Amino acid sequence: MKKEQLVLVGNGMAGVRTLEELLAIAPDRYEITVFGAEPRGNYNRILLSPVLAGEKTVDQIMINDLPWYAERGIVLHAGRPVMRIDRMRRQVIAADGTVAGYDRLLLATGSDPFMLPIPGNDLPGVIGFRDINDVETMLAAARTGKHAVVIGGGLLGLEAANGLMKQGMEVTVVHVLDTLMERQLDSAAAELLRVSLEERGLRFLMGANTAAVLGEEHARAVRFKDGLEIPADLVVMAVGIRPNIELAKQAGIYCERGIVVNDTLQSYDPRVYAVGECVQHRGQCYGLVAPLWEQAKVCANHLARYGIGRYQGSATSTKLKVTGIDLFSAGNFNGGPGCEEIVLRDPARGVYKKLVVKENRVQGAVLYGDTVDGSWYFQLLREGTDIGAFRETVLFGHAHMADSGRDGFSVMTMADDAEICGCNGVCKGAIVKAITDQKLFTVDEVRAHTKASASCGSCTGLVEQLLAATVGAFDKTPKEKALCKCTEHSHDQVRKTIREHRLTSLRAVFDFMEWQTPDGCHSCRPAINYYVLSTWPGEAQDDQQSRFINERVHANIQKDGTYSVVPRMWGGLTNSKELRAIADVADKFQIPTVKVTGGQRIDLLGVKKEDLPSVWADLNAAGMVSGHAYGKSLRTVKTCVGSDWCRFGTQDSTGLGVKLERMTWGSWTPHKFKMAVSGCPRNCAEATIKDFGVVCVDSGYEIHVGGNGGIKIRGTDLLCKVATEDEVKAYCGAFMQLYREEGRYLERTAPWIERVGLAYVKSRIVGDEEGRKALYARFLDSQQYAQIDPWAERASGRVDAHEFQPLQQVG
Amino acid sequence: MYDWHEIGALDAIPRLGARVVKTPRGDVAVFRTADDQVFALRDRCPHKGGPLSQGIVHGRRITCPLHNWVLELDSGEAVAPDVGCATSYPLRLENGRIWLGLNNGTNVSADARESA
Repeated sequence: MKKEQLVLVGNGMAGVRTLEELLAIAPDRYEITVFGAEPRGNYNRILLSPVLAGEKTVDQIMINDLPWYAERGIVLHAGRPVMRIDRMRRQVIAADGTVAGYDRLLLATGSDPFMLPIPGNDLPGVIGFRDINDVETMLAAARTGKHAVVIGGGLLGLEAANGLMKQGMEVTVVHVLDTLMERQLDSAAAELLRVSLEERGLRFLMGANTAAVLGEEHARAVRFKDGLEIPADLVVMAVGIRPNIELAKQAGIYCERGIVVNDTLQSYDPRVYAVGECVQHRGQCYGLVAPLWEQAKVCANHLARYGIGRYQGSATSTKLKVTGIDLFSAGNFNGGPGCEEIVLRDPARGVYKKLVVKENRVQGAVLYGDTVDGSWYFQLLREGTDIGAFRETVLFGHAHMADSGRDGFSVMTMADDAEICGCNGVCKGAIVKAITDQKLFTVDEVRAHTKASASCGSCTGLVEQLLAATVGAFDKTPKEKALCKCTEHSHDQVRKTIREHRLTSLRAVFDFMEWQTPDGCHSCRPAINYYVLSTWPGEAQDDQQSRFINERVHANIQKDGTYSVVPRMWGGLTNSKELRAIADVADKFQIPTVKVTGGQRIDLLGVKKEDLPSVWADLNAAGMVSGHAYGKSLRTVKTCVGSDWCRFGTQDSTGLGVKLERMTWGSWTPHKFKMAVSGCPRNCAEATIKDFGVVCVDSGYEIHVGGNGGIKIRGTDLLCKVATEDEVKAYCGAFMQLYREEGRYLERTAPWIERVGLAYVKSRIVGDEEGRKALYARFLDSQQYAQIDPWAERASGRVDAHEFQPLQQVG
Repeated sequence: MYDWHEIGALDAIPRLGARVVKTPRGDVAVFRTADDQVFALRDRCPHKGGPLSQGIVHGRRITCPLHNWVLELDSGEAVAPDVGCATSYPLRLENGRIWLGLNNGTNVSADARESA
């Protein structure tokens, strides 16, 4: 097949990012030609400020150098601006006469600085702040001149002013309004910022209207409407950007403020795509990098003919890249009808934090002085998390939420050899080095290259902060994360589709939802297998090859390839017969380690795989069944001895634990699910750090939900109090079923409840009696297919025998 | 040179699954893809020695059960940015029966590669 021609106009971050995404999924579809106005490869424009400030060199901010293009067979015309697009002939024509034909055209022409229409705006010494040329002009001016005037007190203007000051110039920032960075800051934070920048030596003229730049051969001074004149050897205009749409307009492509595109980033001419700052999508133009990344991904998907991704606009956040000033802003930070503000002000520490909240969901955030939690607030905003449960402490930050031992610290103040990822032993210096050397932009990339946050994921927030601090302010994560790299669809979309279209097998899901890989991957297959099974119990096909090995062979794989076996002990009760059988099994199969677990069970470690069915047969013979210690499933119900023996016990906690375990064993859940029943408020069974915990009191039973030990300890929330054991069982079944139906795969109840809010769970379980009964009924219904002892099936040799025997012995 | 051993029927391995063949030089994992291609790799992940036969097969790749390294089934090479390689062995499929080729030592250089 002859390759199609793809031409990219604009060799900037958005365009080249689209090519990278495209080459990753469809490397052979197109012959690619790139036109760029600047005579170099592609560089990271967000890092121009550190270059100006002398903190980075131009080489350090290159993303793709010239060999990168050559290695991928991309023809790069650097330094050849495109003058014309001929849509009839499907050609682009460059200034020097170079002509390239296209089948698809991608416009990424970016934006231009807006130059105030005042006399003298074209004098030498008057520039915008946009590209490496501007930075070079400023650096040259700093060597010869003394006075700089920056017009515009927004993000870009302040970064330029800070850089010029660091280069030794006396800098005045002129702003037409009374607050700096009014698009990102409220007046309180803006005032803190102004004072802090003044202390560093910047001067400000607020509420000032610029009338003219004076000078004959070169800029000499700036005059204001009120007649004031101040000297200026350099004038930087940073009053805003304008999408660069001349080329598109001239070619007859429909433009408003920007090139108007649809959700697949196509202009009114479907052969012509556009991404980046030149684009207007649903009425929005973006000047930050996160939206460009999201657009690039969708556009590449469409160019590769995977017609599945849609760009639906971006929530954005900003950080000011001025060393020593921590500033973060996101979303609607000024509030409005129905909004409330949660504010923390500590002038002595120079800290100001404000969250704008509507109906317990974060709408916007402004942080000054302490921005460690910026990415966390942004995540709460994007995901629409209900913050009701931790509203009173939310401003103290994520570290305060749990005892992570990291109170009040900033990741950038950590030493290079400080360990960030405890699972894989990755320290801060190694992560920063990888980000810089390998030019990494996303958490996924950092994960792949360094393994930081690749295991338990609890340091993901720290890695995000390092990434933001190292490469600048952006966050690529779309509003709803895709389930995995095989699809654009999120967990919730997949699940909804399975329900609405009665999809009962993985194949059906892959076909219906147009999976990009033939048979998924190790991330999506177990998730979808769970979703079809839990949505259509008794009807869906369980795909063994899509289960993790532990669930395939019903034991836990160990580091040396042997397995551990945990028999069920109902409610933690056992007896001499069971213990004798366990002892006999340990002797007979020479099991090296026998250990008591945290969930009141006995773990036999180091069992050879081929011995598993015989071990199970012996345990079955003594009446024991699988303890499901290996599954995303009901694990254990831990109990204390309760009123049978304990002088403080108020109820029969052991008996209730046994009943709960008999009811729930065998059920598959999004992640492991642990329970406990304590016989009195002394809570010896530690019921308040379980997914479902019962604390017995004299008058009945308190039901607690959403706790766990583990990576991030979380105490439970009190769901309600009931009077009888039967009610406990009904609430337990209903709660588990709600979690089974709505929790995302590998999401435990603790983060699930934090995401949807306790109020929501209460409304479904406590507030809605009919709904609770229906959930409980669905739970019991699905249990009839689940409560089959997998050990007995396999010990009989009739199920999955191939799992336990070698195929052949040779030699 | 290779000695060829008949190791069993294609149908004895589940699609997107694997079985182990015991050999004097250690376990060999034999994989079957969704489209009935078969591949053989030494049953040890180059990362921390995890049994690849216990992983999840997807496309022409295998994910190790211990730490989710992903390896190419045909070459045994780890997928970038991980670096490492599991030795691969030749297989032949004849009339639904699988044959495994094990180096018999007459070709020194190939043997060196295999034990590397």
